[in-house]
Amino acid sequence: MKLNELTIKQSIEGLRSKKFSSEELTKECLKEIKKKNVTLNAFISVCEEEALKQAKRADKLISENQEALLLGIPIALKDLFLTKGIKTTAASNVLNNYIPQYDGTVTSKLKEAGAVIIGKTNCDAWAHGSSGENSDFGPTKNPWNEEYVPGGSSSGSAVSVAANMCIASTGTDTGGSIRLPASFCNVVGLKPTYGRVSRYGIIAMASSLDSIGHFTKTVEDSASLLNVTAGTDPKDATTPNVRVDEYSQDLDKGVKGLRIGIPKEYFMEGLDNKIKEKVKRVIKFYEKEGANIVDISLPTTKYAIACYYIIQPSEVSSNLARYDGIRYGNTRMEFGSEAKRRIMLGTFTLSAGYYDAYYKKAMKVRTLIKKDFDDAFKKVDAILSPVSPTLPWKIGEKVNDPLKMYLSDIFTVTANLSGIPGLSIPIGFINDLPVGLQILGPNFSEKTLFRIGNHFERSNKNGL
Amino acid sequence: MDYKPVIGLEVHVELKTKSKMFCSCLADYFGQKPNTHTCPVCLGLPGALPVPNKTAIEWCLKIGLALNCKIKNFSKFDRKNYFYPDLPKGYQISQYDMPFSENGDIDIKNKNWSKKIRITRVHMEEDTGKLIHSYKSGEESTLIDFNRSGVPLVEIVTEPDFKTAEEVVEYLKKLQQIVRYLEVSDADMEKGEMRLEPNISLMIISDKSLPKYKAEIKNINSFKFVEKAINFEIKRQTEILKSGKTPIQETRGWDEKKQITISQRQKEEANDYRYFPEPDIPPFKFDDKYIKELSTQIPELPDTKNTRFQKDYSLPYYDAEILTRDKKIANYFEEAVELGLKEKIEPKRIANFIINRKINFSEIEPAAIIEEFKKGKVENVDNIELDNILDKVIIDNTKAVSDLKNGKQEALMFLVGQVLRALGKKADVNLIRERIEKKIK
Repeated sequence: MKLNELTIKQSIEGLRSKKFSSEELTKECLKEIKKKNVTLNAFISVCEEEALKQAKRADKLISENQEALLLGIPIALKDLFLTKGIKTTAASNVLNNYIPQYDGTVTSKLKEAGAVIIGKTNCDAWAHGSSGENSDFGPTKNPWNEEYVPGGSSSGSAVSVAANMCIASTGTDTGGSIRLPASFCNVVGLKPTYGRVSRYGIIAMASSLDSIGHFTKTVEDSASLLNVTAGTDPKDATTPNVRVDEYSQDLDKGVKGLRIGIPKEYFMEGLDNKIKEKVKRVIKFYEKEGANIVDISLPTTKYAIACYYIIQPSEVSSNLARYDGIRYGNTRMEFGSEAKRRIMLGTFTLSAGYYDAYYKKAMKVRTLIKKDFDDAFKKVDAILSPVSPTLPWKIGEKVNDPLKMYLSDIFTVTANLSGIPGLSIPIGFINDLPVGLQILGPNFSEKTLFRIGNHFERSNKNGL
Repeated sequence: MDYKPVIGLEVHVELKTKSKMFCSCLADYFGQKPNTHTCPVCLGLPGALPVPNKTAIEWCLKIGLALNCKIKNFSKFDRKNYFYPDLPKGYQISQYDMPFSENGDIDIKNKNWSKKIRITRVHMEEDTGKLIHSYKSGEESTLIDFNRSGVPLVEIVTEPDFKTAEEVVEYLKKLQQIVRYLEVSDADMEKGEMRLEPNISLMIISDKSLPKYKAEIKNINSFKFVEKAINFEIKRQTEILKSGKTPIQETRGWDEKKQITISQRQKEEANDYRYFPEPDIPPFKFDDKYIKELSTQIPELPDTKNTRFQKDYSLPYYDAEILTRDKKIANYFEEAVELGLKEKIEPKRIANFIINRKINFSEIEPAAIIEEFKKGKVENVDNIELDNILDKVIIDNTKAVSDLKNGKQEALMFLVGQVLRALGKKADVNLIRERIEKKIK
């Protein structure tokens, strides 16, 4: 096995037992980036020099027998994460030469844990999109078939892990931007509970929906990354003071006795039959393993996309106002068409005379969606569903139909509207394209999600 | 047809918290080098998030309580969206439909009248940066200083209850006094810590409903200007109405040089601020226990203190009013009274002493005053009596006066002696000397 193909856990074991150095591990990743990035276009910036410096520093610490949770592990950051002194573009031409003056909280935490920041990944500009095609730096390609989209918006982050260009990567999930590309690229993607991970120093898309998560090769790695990033942050007023679990505990506890809900609204018309079949087989697996499968209903699901596409552009229109052409070098002319579409939609829905009919109503629907989940979680510990109604599509297939593109988030936006955590895990392939399963739980139940995900992963090494 | 003015007021008061409203930058920007009190948050950099300053919110609530407002159990911040170079985020964090407190009132009065002004709301927001227009190497340029960006501001809005500029000025004096008593702002007009925006319209005296227009005058920074601007507006609008037209709804500014108000923005150009709840700051819940606790922290306010001084120290309203204008003087007076109690010195005498003499409070301890009384240096010299004697002595001693004017200091001592003789009792020589010098000058 090549070093760059290792998981976080395997890397740490190898580094601690001095089987290889962080420099070697980092070099292997950089080599893979050089080899593949030309075609996959997963990275906007590669921080070769800085990464090797960090790797050497990590090696020195390891030689002194120092331990840190991610010491010497090469990690890629979505280009929405501010990195002091390293260009951060949000994949938009508006910021194509913006060098931040500060590190965000997650970036700082990763650095403090010893991680090696290897590069900044491509994404839909400002995280607007479900396919990665809205990047002003060109689309990212799906490593399983380069003619296909990798899913978005965290396209480059998903691909960088799937194609072994790094050991793990970070992402943001506002309507499915981590879970969808994780599903399309056959990696594990976590959208934590809203507020579990600080948003400070990450370019905002829609502030009340943005959730900061990551991509890993295994569920176990996902848990260990959350151990580093989770927690209340005095710089982010929306990170409540809720105890942070030891996420790596209980991974192997199995699913016996867990009540798992299957929402009928997530298995109706519009869902690809083959995906439906595969997810049903996964449900059967859990049943066989001792979980209690419960049929549930989330009746407001059908309003979720409409609700999301009011609230999200409203917040987008306000969050993008600071890029007014005075401060960041480029003018507003550099905004791409999707950003312009959302700025206009949001400006309209917040305007006097329309606010009550749109924004206010959407907020009421949001409360109902939340209530649906609250009611459901009185009966079940977690909910299973597909991540996407369709398999990955061909590049260019939906670019001229934004509405169709928006509908690919139909199973994921509900978690953002209600704030609950969601884990996307690979469950196999259809037509040689990856398929993911979404595991949802109540607020701050990440530990249970890891337990459920890990159980499937351990028992089905190659999916179903 | 006769018209009466309908005037309402919006006042912005800058709080003197140590740090800014949503970040830990120092809030005291006055006289500082531009852009030295800044950070990602108050510069509105990508990814930066606001974290509300608890002290500022508490102080805003205290202002609300001091103005007899009702504190809401549930409140939140909103985003007010508009473009302006001094607003780095493209929106101002403010409060829209759920201000921290509302529905209060305040009594104002002077010698001839008293009235109640209703307070609509007291809410919290952040200050903007400052634009500095300048010429640099022959070219016109505008510079931005973000030191003020994010400084906590409290906006106090009244109902249109004023009828004259005089009432407005009385209200402003009272408001300034209250925030100073609360020690939440120095409300220094010259430093821009208190900014005034009156809105003025005229209605037919017999009408029941308010006029359909109003002229809002932006950002005035002195009580004198507010008075002039209001009086100018009343005149301007009266002329328009008398000619059979209706003044337009607009924002105007006070032109200090020309002594007139000028139109800045008309209604059709008005912004649509697209308010919506600030998603970066969770809403606030204040329970009744907390509000009650907070109200016990409100110090004795000027009106109450004035009444108490009149009653406890047998002072006339006029004296009590002077002594309670500034909390420091009031405290100083009470300290002196307490010390004087043992020496059987009446509060009224101490009040006279403090009012007649411009004492440097930071240098002279109250105990020193009592010492002077004790040494018998200071008799209870009636101010008017002293004044009359001074005048008489000056008239009777023209030669000494002209000597003094020519720089002969012995003449001054002679005049002091004449005054003391006329008084017929011991008195503070220094006081008399000062008063003579003042008269002659």
